[in-house]
Amino acid sequence: MATIQSIAGENEQHPDVALVERVRAGDVSAFDELVRKYERQIFRIAQHITQNREDAEDVMQDAFLKAYEKLDQFQGNSKFYTWLVRIAVNESLMRLRRRRTGRMVSIDEDVETDEGSVPRDLADWAPDPEQNYTQSELAEILRKTIQGLPPGFRVVFALRDVEGLSTEETAETLGLSIPAVKSRLLRARLQLRERLSRYFKRKTGPAAVGVEK
Amino acid sequence: MTCSEFLAMLDDMIDNEVSANMRADLEEHLRCCEHCEVTLNTTRKTIQIYRSHEIYEMPASLRERLHKAIMAKCKKGC
Repeated sequence: MATIQSIAGENEQHPDVALVERVRAGDVSAFDELVRKYERQIFRIAQHITQNREDAEDVMQDAFLKAYEKLDQFQGNSKFYTWLVRIAVNESLMRLRRRRTGRMVSIDEDVETDEGSVPRDLADWAPDPEQNYTQSELAEILRKTIQGLPPGFRVVFALRDVEGLSTEETAETLGLSIPAVKSRLLRARLQLRERLSRYFKRKTGPAAVGVEK
Repeated sequence: MTCSEFLAMLDDMIDNEVSANMRADLEEHLRCCEHCEVTLNTTRKTIQIYRSHEIYEMPASLRERLHKAIMAKCKKGC
């Protein structure tokens, strides 16, 4: 039984493999399916890294076009999705670099900060704290909070916790070691927690939307 | 277990990547350390909030526009 299952597992093909094969055979509609399947995630990742709507739109378009052009280079050792994410991350970092002319921007930037390595705000949060805000207020708080993180932390948190990539996939996508991903993820989570405490901790006064540190 | 030792294992605990023995040690620390309990719960909540709220949603119109642009270029052979 175990043997049968393992053979079935080995033969099980990710649905993207068939789509990629169809694209290679000249079927553009198969690429259409891949675009529809992943465009939201790619746009979200590009927004997380660039923090700029216009750049995210360009990244999304360029990442898919590049993937189409380079499909022959896709080996199938990794999932199509993680391969695509890697292209989108590189495009995003390039745009971020252009916006900050003269400043080097990489996923190694600002990661030496000690902020968040030791929790300071230890007040407990209100139960279901997000209920105290409207959807748009909450989205604004979440955007503003993640925007304050160094790009190298933001991207690790976005891939690992928001998009659900594994630690190994995140490391492979970013060209980082597994310990580096783990260390950044811990500090990203703790920094976000610390910053969100401002809005979500139990308090008696009025809600503090828009209040800066 | 000290708070620093607990903190070093925080992610593994959240991601369920600890052995049964380690989990027992971590839980024992939590029973007597309110600060670490708050840190653990609020960090879990942080992840859950980011996971469950779409903060960068693409409007359908934008999606269609970009999609058409991509497909038009691909059909031309990029």
